[in-house]
Amino acid sequence: MNGALVFIAAAALLALLLGFLASRGKDMNLEQWTVGGRGFGAVFVFLLLAGEIYTTFTFLGGSGYAYGKGAPAYYILCYGTLAYVLSYFMLPPIWRYARDNRLYSQSDFFVRKYDSQALGVLVALVDILALIPYLVLQFKGLGIIVEIAGYGAISSTAAIWSGAVIVAAYVMVSGVHGSAWTSVAKDTLILGVVVFLGIYLPYHYYGGLGAMFTAIERAKPGFTVLPAHGESLWWFSSTVLLTALGFYMWPHTFASIYTARGAKVIRKNAIVLPIYQLILLFVFFVGFAASLQVPGLTGSNIDLALFKLSAKTFDPWFVGLIGATGVLTALVPGSMILMTAATLIANNLYRTVNPSADDRQVALLAKLLVPMVALVAVFFTLKGGDTIVALLLMGYSFVTQLFPSLVLSLARRNFATREGAAAGIIAGVATVAIVSLSGANLHALKWLPSEVQDLNIGIVALAVNFAVLIVVSLATRQVAQPSSVAAQ
Amino acid sequence: MRSIRWLAVIPFLALVVGPFFVNRTTPIILDLPFLLAWIVAWILITSAIMALIYATDPANRGDEP
Repeated sequence: MNGALVFIAAAALLALLLGFLASRGKDMNLEQWTVGGRGFGAVFVFLLLAGEIYTTFTFLGGSGYAYGKGAPAYYILCYGTLAYVLSYFMLPPIWRYARDNRLYSQSDFFVRKYDSQALGVLVALVDILALIPYLVLQFKGLGIIVEIAGYGAISSTAAIWSGAVIVAAYVMVSGVHGSAWTSVAKDTLILGVVVFLGIYLPYHYYGGLGAMFTAIERAKPGFTVLPAHGESLWWFSSTVLLTALGFYMWPHTFASIYTARGAKVIRKNAIVLPIYQLILLFVFFVGFAASLQVPGLTGSNIDLALFKLSAKTFDPWFVGLIGATGVLTALVPGSMILMTAATLIANNLYRTVNPSADDRQVALLAKLLVPMVALVAVFFTLKGGDTIVALLLMGYSFVTQLFPSLVLSLARRNFATREGAAAGIIAGVATVAIVSLSGANLHALKWLPSEVQDLNIGIVALAVNFAVLIVVSLATRQVAQPSSVAAQ
Repeated sequence: MRSIRWLAVIPFLALVVGPFFVNRTTPIILDLPFLLAWIVAWILITSAIMALIYATDPANRGDEP
């Protein structure tokens, strides 16, 4: 067993231990398991809401994107910031409504606001469709990290299986309490590791940050600005907007709002989180440092940049520590995704079929579903292919389609009808699916101006969604009005 | 004081529209290429704006946590 493996194994054990201990002294009913009894204070809510920032996607993908593409990676910094601004105004009413109506999931929110079980089923299906690829991505990242940081001693397949077993085990026992406790360990480690790497590597290889950017500009002119075509300014702006709107539409992030003890906690987070996610800047520095030091990674291999450079620079034990951090960035979001998916299936699909099921039965079913969802994700991970990033972006485009009907439902008088909401979501999701699955994109339509070709397809789908929502809502409203007059 | 809430629009303008005007490497500010420096500066300003909105928001006065 080499020095690196000690740290990686320790991280896995730590996650398991914290995950199990988290349930101590609590009766794990559905409310405790899935929304922490709505009793989380500032620190846990902060960490759960911040959990989205430091997943394997940002750890590997953020540095990889800066390494492979340069400036387009900046979008990751921007969308989080804007999402937190929105969160100040949007999340407190969601939280209050969820508390007053004892909601467990995002789908519940739509069921209650639009008074429609069918809409809830639709939302749950969209959610699950988006969550599975996100979980696959975490497992795939985990496999990569353990294989490289462990110097090949553990195969990625073995790592994926062990990771899945660990995360499924502690989610079954502790639910969201397990996610909260393990995220304490994750965020402590990642803060230390990323800040250190982001400062040390530019100094070690270039003599400083300014010197590094000067060297990059000399070797790759224009690398630190957005290109004229492809991932251009138009791509950047539309992607920032789409992902900022979609940020809190992820069902596991949405449900983590429910765990808060009060609304003030959520508003206070909107001040701190923009600064907290600035740590991503150091992730970019690592990617930029790697771009001239370990050149030659292409395609999906750009995600390996951080570990390639670390292995070149440090002793195995330290690479192991970075690997251990990486393992936690996969397990914590993985645990929240698993729990949310299981809750959605049990609470919003099963319960619709069998309305007489009580909370105890739903909780039991949700816990039993955890290993099954994990198994499905492992299956897709090992079946693999490099379409996962495409699937993730598709997932983001999917969940963002929930945004219009959700925001409208927060207004005192909701303009959207349930038919309008459903039609809008279906139209938006269909647009994304057709464009993504057929491999077509706006670049194929040569007659469009290049600015339009570069737009993120999710934004286009969002516009379609909104238009359909308005038309169908107007139509169904007119039908509804005469009958309500008649009823009076 | 509710009009202070509208300050929240500024970060959107700065980060969604702003890049069109500052997509350049130079001048390098605090060792960062200009576009990146712009984004980082606006993240810090955003945090300050949200602190101002929080401080003036009557919803945060009560005892509710």
